[in-house]
Amino acid sequence: MVNENLVKDVVKEPYKYGFVTDIETEKIEKGLNEDIIKLISQKKEEPKFLLDFRLKAFKKWQKMKEPDWAALGYKNIDYQDIIYYSAPKQKEKISSLDEVDPKLLETFDKLGIPLTEQKKLTNVAVDAVFDSVSIATTFREELAEHGVIFCSISEAVKNHADLIEKYLGTVVPANDNYFAALNSAVFSDGSFVYIPKGVTCPMDLSSYFRINSGDSGQFERTLIIAEESSSVSYLEGCTAPMFDTNTLHAAVVELVALDDASIKYSTVQNWYAGDEEGIGGIFNFVTKRGKCLGKRSKISWSQVETGSAITWKYPSCLLLGEESVGEFYSVALTNNLQQADTGTKMIHIGPKTKSTIVSKGISAGNSKNSYRGLVKMGTKATGSRNYSQCDSMLIGDQASANTFPYIKSQQPNSEIEHEASTCRISEDQLFYLQSRGIEFEEAVSMMVSGFCRDVFNQLPMEFAAEADKLLALKLEGSVG
Amino acid sequence: MQSKMKESDPILEVDNLSASTDNLPILKGVSLTVYPGEIHAIMGRNGCGKSTLSKIIAGHPSYNITNGDIKFLGENINSLEPEERSQSGIFLGFQYPIEIPGVSNLEFLRVSTNARRKFLNKEELDTFDFEELVKEKLEIVKMDHAFLSRSVNQGFSGGEKKRNEILQMALLEPKIAILDETDSGLDIDALRIVASGIKKISNAQTGIILITHYQRLLDEIKPDYVHVMSDGQIIKTGESDLALELEEKGYEWTDNFIKET
Repeated sequence: MVNENLVKDVVKEPYKYGFVTDIETEKIEKGLNEDIIKLISQKKEEPKFLLDFRLKAFKKWQKMKEPDWAALGYKNIDYQDIIYYSAPKQKEKISSLDEVDPKLLETFDKLGIPLTEQKKLTNVAVDAVFDSVSIATTFREELAEHGVIFCSISEAVKNHADLIEKYLGTVVPANDNYFAALNSAVFSDGSFVYIPKGVTCPMDLSSYFRINSGDSGQFERTLIIAEESSSVSYLEGCTAPMFDTNTLHAAVVELVALDDASIKYSTVQNWYAGDEEGIGGIFNFVTKRGKCLGKRSKISWSQVETGSAITWKYPSCLLLGEESVGEFYSVALTNNLQQADTGTKMIHIGPKTKSTIVSKGISAGNSKNSYRGLVKMGTKATGSRNYSQCDSMLIGDQASANTFPYIKSQQPNSEIEHEASTCRISEDQLFYLQSRGIEFEEAVSMMVSGFCRDVFNQLPMEFAAEADKLLALKLEGSVG
Repeated sequence: MQSKMKESDPILEVDNLSASTDNLPILKGVSLTVYPGEIHAIMGRNGCGKSTLSKIIAGHPSYNITNGDIKFLGENINSLEPEERSQSGIFLGFQYPIEIPGVSNLEFLRVSTNARRKFLNKEELDTFDFEELVKEKLEIVKMDHAFLSRSVNQGFSGGEKKRNEILQMALLEPKIAILDETDSGLDIDALRIVASGIKKISNAQTGIILITHYQRLLDEIKPDYVHVMSDGQIIKTGESDLALELEEKGYEWTDNFIKET
């Protein structure tokens, strides 16, 4: 059918962020062993507790097996063929942005994340991470006035060691899974956020992760703590250059929400996805988890996943506090030979806990897109509720979509509701829109946006516009 | 047919049109000319090719034109995309309007209206100006404003879907509207609303083709010509009394007609 082919053409879009920044970097040798870990820890002048944390994680990792349960196929990763620390060469101590290499500032400019005082985004504070290190964090003083700490995790280790020691690894334990253990052993940088009691963070916080080297892995670690009655909205963006080799990205994100606190964590993931033949692209193995520790606390994940050759990611919520709330809103778009196995886990432990899952998977080309989710009601989760909705949209006849919902309930006095659907952009729908004067490309992107509407509505305003644009871009191309 | 002298040029000329889908011939030489101000009715059994004719005029990609031409305002449009046809003023009212989940009806109507306005070199309307325009047009089909915030046709009743079609016609102000069984599934009140809507939108410059099975729509909107289709051809053309005769005698009566050329 004519339109089927047209739809396929429409989903081709060159990757805009594929450039490499030519900058002198400091890299350590390839491979992974205790000495490498000690070297990373030493470079970062870390306290002993952190080195111990790393080494313990490494020992556990060595005994673990790479998981193979995901609906993903890829060639074996050689963990000894990866550089675990790579940083642009800079002055030892940077006191202001003026001392940051202009090439780095230029890179973030090009990515639409200007960092300099004159150009920086006015309503979002940004932590910019380049390969293994954080380059700059904007609006720190302004945030400090409200008692909000927003800095790289390396700095937090130096200046707020007590908080790091108290919370690091409490949500995602070092031995949680293979990739989390690897991250715990070698993580190089990431963001740290602390919102004190009663404070509503005055602006959105954002981290931008940029992979630049082809042979280094990126292992960032993010920790967000929201004290009683505080709230924060955090955004995360990521891009990488186009290389014909695969780059490993294994991140860990931990969120902690105390009584009446709320954390909204939004991601637009646009790592390089590989070319049409599936050559190159990022292997994205990420563990994200939030702990609703306090009563009436709330953690909300929203994600728009469009990049990476492989995505393995299940942002989850542990609902401990009474009446705590977990949410997961996801759009995952795969094209060409991309593979995504993504979803969430909602673990209801406390009574009257509530969770909502809305997942929208769009598969085009020869891609494979799976939703995998677990909803668990523990023995004490009386009066708890879950609602899940998992919809898949197929574009073309070569793409595949799977849904793997797991439901475990040990609590008869709880409710679990699951809805799933699969649809295709039908020729009739396209014709209907076209017969109303709407161009083919716009019709496709209108329908894809419409399909994702429930999720986009959950994104912070500016992010929603960006996500809409990103999907439209991915779906734009040479028609006819 | 149509031997009367016409003062202006035709809006639509379908000339000896044959078309097929999956190599199966559906239309076998249909000719039809519509002049400004005219209302044509096409009647016939299910499967005679009425709906196919309307879809082909609107540019549905599933059908191949194997012979003949479609001219709109004197230009051959055989190879135009459906959106180009719509923008230039051809409107197809769907027999079964399509549901588009998640796409707001208001936004859909606005994008659609602006596509037509752009073609006409009229200023495109922002959300506020469009609100004003659409409010006025909602009156024509007696639709509630709440319809606008819902997804396109999703969860609409049969009658609501048809009224939404006429609302689109009112916004797009087409040169020619082909209304495919717009009367089916409507109760008497809804039929009157739809019929009076169609009459309000049409004028001496526009043409209308009503595809229908029933006389009751033609009681409301009196056609200038009635065509009877059978097996991919127009086998008889007459004036409005032909529809009455058809109602009385049934399609079996038409089986005996030989094609009038």
